[in-house]
Amino acid sequence: MLGYFVNSLFQAQQPAECSLLVAEQVRFPPDVPFAPKGFPGAGLLDFVVDGPTKQGYQDIVMITFRQVNKWFGATHVLRDVDLKVRAGEVVVVCGPSGSGKSTLIRCINKLEPIGQGEIIVDGRSLSNPTTDLTALRAEIGMVFQQFNLYPHMTALQNITLAPVKVRKLSREEAERIARKLLAKVGIPEKADHYPAQLSGGQQQRVAIARALAMQPKIMLFDEPTSALDPEMISEVLDVMVELAKEGMTMIVVTHEMGFAKKVAHRIIFMDEGRIVEEGGPEEFFANPKEERTRSFLNKILVH
Amino acid sequence: MSFDWGIIAGNWKFLLLQGLFGIGSFGGGTLRLAIPAMVLGSILGVVIGLCRLTHRRWISYPAVLYVEIFRGVPLVMVIFWFWFLIPQITGQRLPDYSVALAAFVVFEAAYLGEIVRAGVQSVPRGQVDAALASGLTYGEMMLHVILPQAIRNMIPSLVTQFIVIFKDTSLASIIGMMELTKAAQIVSQREIRPFEMYLFLAVVYWICAYSMSRFSRRLDSRISPDHVQSTRVLRLSS
Repeated sequence: MLGYFVNSLFQAQQPAECSLLVAEQVRFPPDVPFAPKGFPGAGLLDFVVDGPTKQGYQDIVMITFRQVNKWFGATHVLRDVDLKVRAGEVVVVCGPSGSGKSTLIRCINKLEPIGQGEIIVDGRSLSNPTTDLTALRAEIGMVFQQFNLYPHMTALQNITLAPVKVRKLSREEAERIARKLLAKVGIPEKADHYPAQLSGGQQQRVAIARALAMQPKIMLFDEPTSALDPEMISEVLDVMVELAKEGMTMIVVTHEMGFAKKVAHRIIFMDEGRIVEEGGPEEFFANPKEERTRSFLNKILVH
Repeated sequence: MSFDWGIIAGNWKFLLLQGLFGIGSFGGGTLRLAIPAMVLGSILGVVIGLCRLTHRRWISYPAVLYVEIFRGVPLVMVIFWFWFLIPQITGQRLPDYSVALAAFVVFEAAYLGEIVRAGVQSVPRGQVDAALASGLTYGEMMLHVILPQAIRNMIPSLVTQFIVIFKDTSLASIIGMMELTKAAQIVSQREIRPFEMYLFLAVVYWICAYSMSRFSRRLDSRISPDHVQSTRVLRLSS
């Protein structure tokens, strides 16, 4: 029912839909719908797009955390984390630095092993030794704060490497898909550029295209806009909003609260390795239950 | 003191063809020893360097031990070991050339392994994350993502080590292997003209080593042109 963003790419007859990413009419209404009344700084970051921005999600659990604990040496970085993410759901994770939010999503594709508990992704347990980890990782796209593009490869080569090596696509097929994805993220003319020749925002969009080329079921974003110059943030967020609209399952670590209000089904606030609070965006911003959440939101929304 | 340059004119064919290239009845030859030593030593060096980097201790500890042992002993001694030990173990003498090559590969692999390790460690951790997260296996990640970047960072120290290997082949003369130094010794003893002979030897070694370093600079600028480098080269000026 909910076609994933990339699935449409693989239908050969369909022309590339570049129009998806044409800048939408953004308006700043005088009365911001999500702005909680009397909340300091509320409304400053709001930008609202005409029409619905959120899809529903399915009642299929994609990711389960069961009592997950993790230590780095003596530091307890994840404490009793319980979490369920459903197919098509967009979850935003926020919290102060060192709260374990990056570690949380790095555990989902086992870039970090966990100490205790269990993580089940797409029906497969990460702690089960018979789980084919590389096959599972191929289903999970990941976008990093520092982009992590391969500097010795062009944008096109960056995108086609995994589809050719892991999915065993032919080079021509992989390049065809890569070019369509570059068009979708708005930089079709940069296919033969090296990462060092691209701006930060362009690099991050190539990185998103690289992750999408594997037709992932889940996309993980680890502070995707934190290393970007302010004027490049929106070009990356626009791509992510499109992706969310297409029904992709997404977990996004970010401090972009405007993005969270617009597309998230659920916002999770973490502190000291614990999930302190979670809820839908309206409720989360309007009536944060925990004192810790309130002081955090005060700090990041005031500027 | 008078010089007699005639002995070079009279013996250059023997010195260069036999000594440097190993073309002649004696076999051996400096380049015929140095080039396979570099190639085989690098292959073994990659294996040792990667073994040192794994988290599995039963693989990394032996690699550390190997490197520490061979970095701590002189090359001459290793050549002698092989010269005396191989007949003890196998019961038959191997040709000088094989003994020297084996000693060089085993000894230099320790240094080359350290260069490989440093090169791999110079690649940012995020590259490993990105490659693994996309579903590549460890081997595919190394082959397509890490090593191509590591080699670029390794080129300067790799070429330095290759020049060292090239010059160290002169030590193979101690077990009687025919190479440039040995050929020069023979000529100088026959003609009793050591000064001219060893000056000539120095010039030939220098030309070869300098060509290698020039070649490396050209290779370096070709393999990592500006558009691939993310950071500018640091230059210190007074």
